[in-house]
Amino acid sequence: MAASMTRWFGWFPALTLGVTLIKCLLINTYRSTDFEVHRNWLAITHTLPVSDWYFEETSEWTLDYPPFFAWFEFCLSHLAKYFDKEMLVVQNLNYASPATILFQRLSVILTDLLLVYAVKECCNIIGTCKSKEFLGIRPFVLAVLLLWNFGLLITDHIHFQYNGFLFGILLLSIVRHFQNRHLEGALLFAVLLNLKHIYLYIAPAYGIFLLRSYCIISNSSDGSFCWRSFSTVRFTLLGSLVLSVFALSFGPFIALGQMPQVLSRLFPFKRGLCHAYWAPNMWALYNVVDKALSVLGVKFQLLKTLPKASMTGGLVQEFYHSVLPSVTPLATLICTLISILPSLWILWWRPNGAQGFLRCITICALGSFLFGWHVHEKAVLMSILPFSLLAVKSREDAGIFLMLSTSGHFSLLPLLFTAPELPIKVLLMLLYTLSSFAALKTLFSREGPLLRSMEQLYLMGLIPLEVVCEWVYPLTAWQQTLPFIPLMMTSVYCALGITYSFIRLYILALRTKLDREKSH
Amino acid sequence: MEGWSLVSLCVLLGLTARWAVSLNPYSGAGKAPLFGDYEAQRHWQEVTCNLPVHQWYFNTTDNDLDYWGLDYPPLTAYHSLLCGHGDHDVLIADIFIYIPAVVSYCLYLVNGSVKKKVATMLCILLYPGLTLIDYGHFQYNGVSLGLTLLGVLGLGLGRDLLGSVAFTLALNYKQMELYHSLPFFCYLLGKCAKQGLTGRGLMQLLKISVTVLVTFALCWLPFLSDPGQLLQVVHRLFPVARGLFEDKVANAWCSLNVLIKIKTLLSTETQLSLSLVLTLLAVLPSSIKLFTRPTLWQFKLALVNSSLAFFLFSFQVHEKSILLPEHLFCSMLPLLLKDGLLLPYVVTSVAFVYYSVYLLSALERSTDEQLRLQPLHTLIPPCLPSLSFSCILKWKFAFSLVAMGGLSFASAVMEPPARLPDLFPVLVSVFSFLQFLGLLLYFNLVQLTEAAGKKNNKKTK
Repeated sequence: MAASMTRWFGWFPALTLGVTLIKCLLINTYRSTDFEVHRNWLAITHTLPVSDWYFEETSEWTLDYPPFFAWFEFCLSHLAKYFDKEMLVVQNLNYASPATILFQRLSVILTDLLLVYAVKECCNIIGTCKSKEFLGIRPFVLAVLLLWNFGLLITDHIHFQYNGFLFGILLLSIVRHFQNRHLEGALLFAVLLNLKHIYLYIAPAYGIFLLRSYCIISNSSDGSFCWRSFSTVRFTLLGSLVLSVFALSFGPFIALGQMPQVLSRLFPFKRGLCHAYWAPNMWALYNVVDKALSVLGVKFQLLKTLPKASMTGGLVQEFYHSVLPSVTPLATLICTLISILPSLWILWWRPNGAQGFLRCITICALGSFLFGWHVHEKAVLMSILPFSLLAVKSREDAGIFLMLSTSGHFSLLPLLFTAPELPIKVLLMLLYTLSSFAALKTLFSREGPLLRSMEQLYLMGLIPLEVVCEWVYPLTAWQQTLPFIPLMMTSVYCALGITYSFIRLYILALRTKLDREKSH
Repeated sequence: MEGWSLVSLCVLLGLTARWAVSLNPYSGAGKAPLFGDYEAQRHWQEVTCNLPVHQWYFNTTDNDLDYWGLDYPPLTAYHSLLCGHGDHDVLIADIFIYIPAVVSYCLYLVNGSVKKKVATMLCILLYPGLTLIDYGHFQYNGVSLGLTLLGVLGLGLGRDLLGSVAFTLALNYKQMELYHSLPFFCYLLGKCAKQGLTGRGLMQLLKISVTVLVTFALCWLPFLSDPGQLLQVVHRLFPVARGLFEDKVANAWCSLNVLIKIKTLLSTETQLSLSLVLTLLAVLPSSIKLFTRPTLWQFKLALVNSSLAFFLFSFQVHEKSILLPEHLFCSMLPLLLKDGLLLPYVVTSVAFVYYSVYLLSALERSTDEQLRLQPLHTLIPPCLPSLSFSCILKWKFAFSLVAMGGLSFASAVMEPPARLPDLFPVLVSVFSFLQFLGLLLYFNLVQLTEAAGKKNNKKTK
C-alpha cells in the first residue's frame, strides 16, 4: 500500500502540482499589456483570413511573431469561443472580462504541461532516483530549478506571456541531442524558431553543432576530423527537414508575396537601442558611462553644454549618445558575433558532445543578450534555463549559475510594479533563490563552497538595492525629478553580475578545451 | 538539505500561498451596504482612533453599533488602534505571531526527524480554512490561533505560567477561544492536583490564578472603572439576543432546525439554557478524563473534543468557529461561494489534501496503532489518522472526500430547485454536521479509552 502510494504521490508530481496550484492562485493578479496583445492576436487569427494577418493594424499590438505562433493562436481561438465570444472581436480593444482572463491564464497553465514533460525528460537523462532520500539528488534539484523558475513564473503567469511551452520545446530539443536523436532535436528547434524568432540568438550554436557532430561522422577521440567523413546523406536529410518546416511556416506568405511585410513585422529595427526599461546588458553600462562622461565633461568644461536628456521616457526611443559614439544595429550585430565566435570556434574544433553544445547555447544566448539590439530583460531566461542542466553536473557551473540566475531574476523584478504584487514577487524570488542555493549546496556539499566571497558580497548587495528601490527612494524628493534612477540602478547592478557570469563561462569553456587538449 | 533552509522554504511557501489568496476578490468587495469584513476592520480602526475608550462598545451618535459594531474583546480593539491601514496587515500579523507559533510548535512538540517536523509545519501552514478566512475574508484569526498554539507549546514544555499568559491573551483577542478554555483549565488544575493540593500543588495553582487574573485585568484596564462599561462589553461579546444560530452552520441546532423548527418553538432563554446544558454535557467526559490524567496527549485530545463540542452545541456559532476543531473546511463553502472565493478554495483544498496525504504518509509507517497514536498536532484535520490499514476508516475517508467534492461541485455549478432555494447550503451543513458528530464520538472514544499502560507513542521510527 505504501509503495503504490508513493508512486502516485512521488516527488515529481508533488513539485508539478505545487507550482501549478501557485499558478492558479495567480490568475487574478496584475496583467501587463501583453495580455491585450494575445487577446488581439486571438481575435485577428479567428476572424480574419490568413492574407490579412500581418497587415491588420486596428490595434497597436500588431502580429510580430512567426506564422506558427499565429496558427497556435488560431487553434486557441477555437477554444476561446466557448468562454467568451466577445474577446474574439478585433474592435474590442482592451476587452478583459473574467471569462477572458480565466481562458487566457488557463491556456498558459495548460500549455506549460509541455514544459513539465520536457523537464521529466531532462530529469531522466540527468540521473536516476532509486532512494527515498530525494532532497539531495540531481533530478530533484533540476526539477526544482526548472519547474519553479522564478523568471518563468512571473513572466508567464503574472506579466502574461507564453514562454513556458516554448522553453519546453527548447529543452526537449536539447534532450534529444543528448540522446543522439539529432534529427528530432533539429526538427524541434526548427519548429521553435517558427514559433518565436528570438531563438535565433542560439541558432548559430545549433548550426555549427549539427554540421560538426551530426553531418561529419568522425571516430577520433581528439576531435579532429577529415572532410571525407562528411555525410552528404545526413546533410541532405537535415537540410530538407529544416527547409520543409520553414516552407510550411512561410510558404503561404511567400505565395501571397507578403514576405517583406512579414519580415518588417518580425524585425522592427525602428525601435531604439534599449527597451523602455534597460535590459541589464552592455548597452545599459554603455549608456551610463556615456551619461557620466558627459556630466564630468561639462563639469571640467570639456563640453560646451549638458546635452538634453534623451534616454528617458517613451516606448520606442532613439538613443543619441553625447560623448561615446552612437550605436547602430549593425554595430550591435558585429559585437554580438564577435562575442559568440570563440565559443562557436571551440564547438567546431573541439566538440564535447552534447555537453559542449549546451555550453555553447548558453554562451550564445548570453552574448546575444549582452550585445543585442533592443533586448528585453526577459531574454536572460534563454540562458538561465538551459544552463540549469549544466549547473547540476559540476560545482563550478553551479556557482556561475547562482550568480547568473540571481542577478538575472532580480532584473525582472521591475516588471511587476504594482503594490499588491510586491509581496508576491519578493516571496517568490526569496523562495526560488533559497531553494536553488540550498539544493545546489547540498548537491555539491562534498566538493567545497560554490561561491567566492566577492560573489557572495555582490549577491548580498541585492537586498539593500531592493529596499532602496522599492521603499526608500520613493520617499525622497528625487522621485519626482529623476524617477528612472531605481530602474537604472537595478539595470546597472545586474548588468555587472551578468557580464561577470559571461566572462566566467568563457574562461571555463576555454579551460575545458585546454584540459582536453592536454590529455591527448 | 539543512534543517533551517527547509524550515525557511516551508514558511516562504506558506506565506506565498496566503498572499496569493488575498490577491483574489475579498469579502464584500464593492457590495453595498455592508461591504463585508474588510470594511469592518476599517471601521474599527476609525472608531478606535477617533473615539475615546469608554465609547468603543456603546451605541452613540458617533458609533452606530449596527454598522459593524465592535464585538471582539479589548485586544482586538487595541490592535485596530495600532494598525496602520493597509492590505499587508494580515500578512504582518501572521509573520509576527502565527508563523513563529507554528514553527516553534512543530520544532519542539512534534516528534521525529527534521523532515517530519517540516512536513507537519507545511501541512498546517497550507491549511485552507485559516488561509481563506484570514486572507480572503480579512480577519485576524491567525493572531488568536497563534497565541493559543504558543499556550499549548508553553504547557508542553512545562512552562505553565507562560503558557497561561499566552492563552489568556488569545482569549482576550477573540472570545471564540473560550472553546479551548476548559481543557486548559482542567489540565492545569489536574496537574496541580497531582502535585498535591496542599503544598506545592496549591502554590502552583495560586501562581497560575494570579498570573491569569493580572493578565485579564491589564487587558480590560480601561473598562474596569465602571461596571456599566464591563457589562456592555460582555453584552457585545455574547449577543444572546441574536438567537440560537444565524445563517447555515454545520452544528446540531441548524441541522435539527431542518426537522423541528426549534428557533421559533422555544423562547430565547430556553434556547440559551438548552444549548448551555448540552454543551456542558458534551464536554464533561473529556474534561473529567483530562483532570484525572493530565498528560500532553490527553490535553491535545481534549482540545479537539472541547472545541468540537462547543461548535456543535453552543449558542450563536458562526461557521468560522470551525477553525478551532479545524475539520473539513468544505462546510464553509457556502460562505466562500458568496464571496467569489471558489478558485482559491479549490486550489488550497487540493493542495492541502494532496500534500497532507503525500508528505505525512510517505514519512510514517502506517500501522493499526497509528490510528490512536498518531503524534500529530491536534489542529490538523483529524481525518488524517484514518490513513492506516483499517479499511473501514479508509473507505470512510474516501467516501467523505468524494461526497464533499460532489457537493462542492454541485453548489458551484448547479441551480437549486425553486422550492428549496437553500438546498445546497443546507445539505453541506447537515453532511458536515454528521461528520463532526462522528469525529466527536471518535475522539472522545480515543481519549476515554486510553489505558494507563499504553505504549509510548513518542517512539521514533
